[in-house]
Amino acid sequence: MDQILKSFLDNEILVYTIMAFVPLLWIVPYALFAVYLERKVSAHMQDRLGPMYTGGWHGWAQTIADILKLIQKEDIVPAAADKKLHLLAPYVVFIGSYAAFATIPFSSAYIGSNINIGLFYIIAVSSVVVAGLLMAGWSSNNKWSLFGAMRSAAQIISYEIPTAIAILVVVMIAGSLNLQEINQQQSGWFWNWFVFKYPPFVLVAFLIYFVASLAETNRTPFDIPEAESELVAGYHTEYSGMKFALFFLAEYANMFAVSAIAATLFFGGWNSPFGDFLGGPIWGVFWFLSKGMFFIFLQMWLRWTLPRLRVDQLMYVSWKVLIPWAFACVVGVGLWTLL
Amino acid sequence: MFETGSDIVKTSTGRVLRSEEMIINMGPQHPSTHGVLRLELVVDGEIVVDVIPQLGYLHRCFEKHSEAMNNYQQVIPYCDRLDYLASMNMDWAYALTAEKLLYLQVPERVEYIRVIMAELQRIASHLVALGTYGLDIGAFTPFLYMFRDRELILDLFEMTCGARLLYNYIWVGGVSHDLPPTFIEKTREFCKYCKPQITEYNNLLTYNEIFIKRTANVGVLPVDVAVSYACSGPMLRGSGVDFDLRRDDPYGIYNRFQWDVCVGKGEVGTVGDCWDRYIVRMREMEQSVRIIEQALEQIPDGDVMSAIPKRIRPNAGDCYVRTESPRGEIGFYLVSDGSGTPYRVKARSPAFVNLSVCPEICRGYMIADVVAILGSIDIVLGEVDR
Amino acid sequence: MTPQEIIEKLKSKFVETITDTKVEGVVDPFVKVKPESMKEVALFLRDDADLQFDFLMCLSGVDLGKGNLGVVYNLYSMNKKHKITIKVEVSRDKAEIPSVESVWRTANWHEREAYDLVGITFTGHPDLRRILLPTDWEGHPLRKDYKVPEFYQGMKVPY
Repeated sequence: MDQILKSFLDNEILVYTIMAFVPLLWIVPYALFAVYLERKVSAHMQDRLGPMYTGGWHGWAQTIADILKLIQKEDIVPAAADKKLHLLAPYVVFIGSYAAFATIPFSSAYIGSNINIGLFYIIAVSSVVVAGLLMAGWSSNNKWSLFGAMRSAAQIISYEIPTAIAILVVVMIAGSLNLQEINQQQSGWFWNWFVFKYPPFVLVAFLIYFVASLAETNRTPFDIPEAESELVAGYHTEYSGMKFALFFLAEYANMFAVSAIAATLFFGGWNSPFGDFLGGPIWGVFWFLSKGMFFIFLQMWLRWTLPRLRVDQLMYVSWKVLIPWAFACVVGVGLWTLL
Repeated sequence: MFETGSDIVKTSTGRVLRSEEMIINMGPQHPSTHGVLRLELVVDGEIVVDVIPQLGYLHRCFEKHSEAMNNYQQVIPYCDRLDYLASMNMDWAYALTAEKLLYLQVPERVEYIRVIMAELQRIASHLVALGTYGLDIGAFTPFLYMFRDRELILDLFEMTCGARLLYNYIWVGGVSHDLPPTFIEKTREFCKYCKPQITEYNNLLTYNEIFIKRTANVGVLPVDVAVSYACSGPMLRGSGVDFDLRRDDPYGIYNRFQWDVCVGKGEVGTVGDCWDRYIVRMREMEQSVRIIEQALEQIPDGDVMSAIPKRIRPNAGDCYVRTESPRGEIGFYLVSDGSGTPYRVKARSPAFVNLSVCPEICRGYMIADVVAILGSIDIVLGEVDR
Repeated sequence: MTPQEIIEKLKSKFVETITDTKVEGVVDPFVKVKPESMKEVALFLRDDADLQFDFLMCLSGVDLGKGNLGVVYNLYSMNKKHKITIKVEVSRDKAEIPSVESVWRTANWHEREAYDLVGITFTGHPDLRRILLPTDWEGHPLRKDYKVPEFYQGMKVPY
């Protein structure tokens, strides 16, 4: 896509700026839709209807009204807060999760930056989020926020390890860290997807990745940092208005990022499941987004079904269950490819 | 509360904190304190070193108000507001106490109506308790399922007395209205509907692996501590004590029905942990359905109010009567000086007494466990603070 | 044991301290005990093999009028399934009763409540603070001569 753009505009900086904003064009409407979806999914799981009155047919405009409300809302900064950090934190969090989109291939024709170490970059850059969360928790000068921030830092750092190891399994198969290349290797019918390779190792790696990604995005059953019944809202307790909305947006962006990575690494990314049927770059976007949304739906389903773990149990799951199994997968796939 | 200008920080009980400890206030505005309770937590990281409950945020001077009423009947609406999730049981306890002072025997039909109402209320109250408990642990969906089913009970109450929460239905000497014509049929339908629902809750929440992990072996309440703290209701039975006032200190007509007292057996953890208290409530609902079904079979026709004067004047004297509310032993200590005004009304509320054991069983657990323990005590602040 | 037997047993042990008993003509048979020896009586009631009153159902402070305050202990035995009521009467000027918190732990909050609302001091209580009212509230509302204050911290009290 950058080639096409370059052919009309001769300013390279403008081209890259446009390229950088393309994922945002997706994320903002997606976040609105995902919040709506979350409400509807939860409502229908709980025998209710969800938003029905505000915003016309089945309350479709409810989330737009919410955004309008958030924009108008007074931005409250607690008197005792560390003002600079308090201001900066939501941006750091959002930048961290948005930066990951740079190397996610939306289609065979569009990727923000087709670098060779794409996967490595994603793992590295998404860690920036932790710094933002800690800043938010610390600067709020609120014990509950601090608890939330400490919990989420501990959680995200612990769960990056099984995530990275599970991703390593895919990297070993593909022999590349470039996401576009990993996608190309999975083209053809759906049995070419990596998740069906070397059964059951990659499947297990996928499950590990999925569970760990729930923890990385603070979703139930790992929503301990913002456990509403314990910490009320965790690190973003003291935020209001657009700063809160940024946290919210970052959370949903993060959800999509991990789902997109799952789709890309294990489920063929933008590849059509049926060979060349409905293939090509335009349909690729459709396949990629639908796979991503499917995993988002799974995350919502789990959220409204499961209770929450405790901090120590969370650590236990990461260090004593997921990491050994992830290692077993790495060894399994490694031996298989050798033999 | 905190000494300013010095490095020494003290709790409200005067305990000096060590440097690694900090005080953190849970409540009065906190989703898991089930109202306006404030817990002063002394924590070392995530570990809770001490819990100091601070009450009184919902104190409405129930006892003082009762002394100002010029009729014993006028206290009943205040009793409704004690435990607003189990108003029927509160009314009944108070009415029984007053009737005991009057040496009054209520008509047969009233006894049956009261049992049916109390047991329906018990199911409704347990549904809230269990639903919010799921919420405390992080499971949102069971909460709404249980509220959905509680609505049906509230509909039955609404049909009977027009109110859905604060009924003012059970009066001294009887009940305010007779049952509406379709009540018995509707209640039978509800009983039929209720049983499979309980199985659904069990599948969704009770035997969920994460739920068991969060509640088993947490907040273990040993029997001797429970008795010394005079815990009652599901709290005491959860610790494995086979004690239910409906059977062991019978009132009303409970001795006419076939039902079982449910006790905690430590099926997934230790006897007396949060899961045991939870499951006792879950099983009690089934037993309540059994009692209601039998009562519906046997209910006779007759008057619903005994012939007592408008303004009752018991002889001077006092008495303490206790009944089994969903939360435990609700007792009223009533002193009469022979006039039409109660001289002293003391409500011994189960949640107040059960909550007093909370510091004892919270120490050494994590903050998340405090939430789980508090939920399993099932407090209603209206009753704690009175 | 019947209330009569319990009372006989108590009377034989505490000759001096029991001032009054009543079984007939009241709903709950009671024993009236001198305030200063309440704790010994409580320990005996709990630990005696025949009595085993291990469950303090209720503890209520009452303003008895005529310058006297009272505390009523409703006891139950989980093993023996019998009940008794103990009453203690003190004068308003010297409203002090030994705490039974160490005998029945549940008395802790009940005694705090009686202290808070009726104004009886329980000596030996580990943490005798107000429980339901604010810590800086003045007076004890359940006393019959209690006057509702006009203002509390600048807020008008009577509504």
